[in-house]
Amino acid sequence: MSGLLVPFQYAFMQRAFVAALAVGLLCSVMGTYVVLRKLSFIGDGIAHASFAGIVIAYIRGLDYYVGAAVVAVLTALGIGFVHRRGNISLDTTIGVLFTAAFALGVFLMSRLKNYAVDLQSFLFGNILSVSANDLLFIGGLSAVIAVTVIVLFRGLLYTTFDPVVAQASGMPVARIEYILLVMLALTIIVALQSVGIILVAALLVTPAAAAYQLTKRFTPMMTLAALLGILSTVGGLYLSYFLRSSSGATIVLLATVLFFLAVGLKYLRLVRPA
Amino acid sequence: MNTAGDAVRVEHLVVRYDRTVALDDVTLELHFGEAMGIVGPNGSGKSTLLKSIAGLLTPARGELCVLGTLPRKLGAGAIAYVPQIEAADWSFPATVWDVVSMGRFPRLKFWQHFGEVDRRAVADALHAVNMFELRNRHIAQLSGGQQQRVFVARAIAQKPQLLLLDEPTTGVDAETEEALRRVVRSLVDDGLPVLMTTHDLERVGEWFDRLLVLDRRVLAVGTPAEVVESGAYASIREHTHTHGHARTA
Repeated sequence: MSGLLVPFQYAFMQRAFVAALAVGLLCSVMGTYVVLRKLSFIGDGIAHASFAGIVIAYIRGLDYYVGAAVVAVLTALGIGFVHRRGNISLDTTIGVLFTAAFALGVFLMSRLKNYAVDLQSFLFGNILSVSANDLLFIGGLSAVIAVTVIVLFRGLLYTTFDPVVAQASGMPVARIEYILLVMLALTIIVALQSVGIILVAALLVTPAAAAYQLTKRFTPMMTLAALLGILSTVGGLYLSYFLRSSSGATIVLLATVLFFLAVGLKYLRLVRPA
Repeated sequence: MNTAGDAVRVEHLVVRYDRTVALDDVTLELHFGEAMGIVGPNGSGKSTLLKSIAGLLTPARGELCVLGTLPRKLGAGAIAYVPQIEAADWSFPATVWDVVSMGRFPRLKFWQHFGEVDRRAVADALHAVNMFELRNRHIAQLSGGQQQRVFVARAIAQKPQLLLLDEPTTGVDAETEEALRRVVRSLVDDGLPVLMTTHDLERVGEWFDRLLVLDRRVLAVGTPAEVVESGAYASIREHTHTHGHARTA
């Protein structure tokens, strides 16, 4: 029994578990909106776009994640602006702007003589290196996003289901969309540290997509997505200790197993959506 | 309800989609306690007119006065817009009750609970369209007519000052159409102004106080009987039956 608790004995693992819990919760709650608004592309998109922020931060000698966060938020706002003003679909806008920001990152990097950023941790994440300060940042951001989701709960729900009618009835649809995009950008930056660019999209989509298979109402979907998200991140981290595997990859693979389990349950009609 | 002045006043309205003129020099007024029907072939600008009045489109020219002001300056919950049901994602995780409840959201501040008054408004709206028994059903499991009634119930639950309906009778059975007609007429009798597009030219006299024939321009406006006599109605009627489905919206 005590062998099973070994991962919890180390301080770095304890911090990693707290971070995993927060990231799992955040990503899956925000993922509910991502899945229902059919924005699965956005996680991958904003994560790639933030690369430009990392390079700029490197040039300016700033914190990489602050640079990533600034560029991610600007890209998210740009996506919303071009989508609304240009009357271009969100999907297309994300595709155009994230590749542009990513290319800007590569362009800036290619002009540097000596470039020594450790891209490995950025691409694949390293949740085991989370510091106490990082935890404060993750906790603070989680609190801000939680409060925003509670305050805007009805507006987010209505504009996700039927933005046109919501706008006709006088709801601030554009403002809500911009706030959602900024919350998504910040969530993605937090998740980047844990699972990296490559896998952040999965964490934003898979738990919510699994929950979607098993529920027929919005709040149970969000709750179940949160539980599956936490199970994936905390469970994946725990398993990775024993499997001596990459924590980010193990987290996403566990989330994928849960997704197919949900699809199987739905297919076999073992679960009646509640 | 403030019934001073016209509920809607549209003057010389021009709406364009890029270079295509969707509405050209449209003028109309809608009074409180009046139901006006808008008929015309597909692509005649019926939906565009409703969307402009709802503040969803910006006109290229002309004046638009809705409930005494510009649509975008109206308070939350003033306009209820019922779109065609194809516009919604019916696989969304929501029950009939959940969707109709959304009609209450515009008026509720975030700190206000969804209380007894709101629940009663939702229940009353569901009873009005005969959907209360199906309130716990997932929306994907509804027929087209039932989905239409859910959208109308959501608009009723909102308790708006102006109701805009976009072809609510398309694809519904005779029983549903009669149920919707009764609900709408009862709201009109209570003073609500209603503007509704329709393809159903058979029963316009039972639905509407006035009828507007639209084909990008206003071809005729008046009581259903007057419009029938004007001849504009007959040409549209023939056009709708023979060519209407070949044109795109």
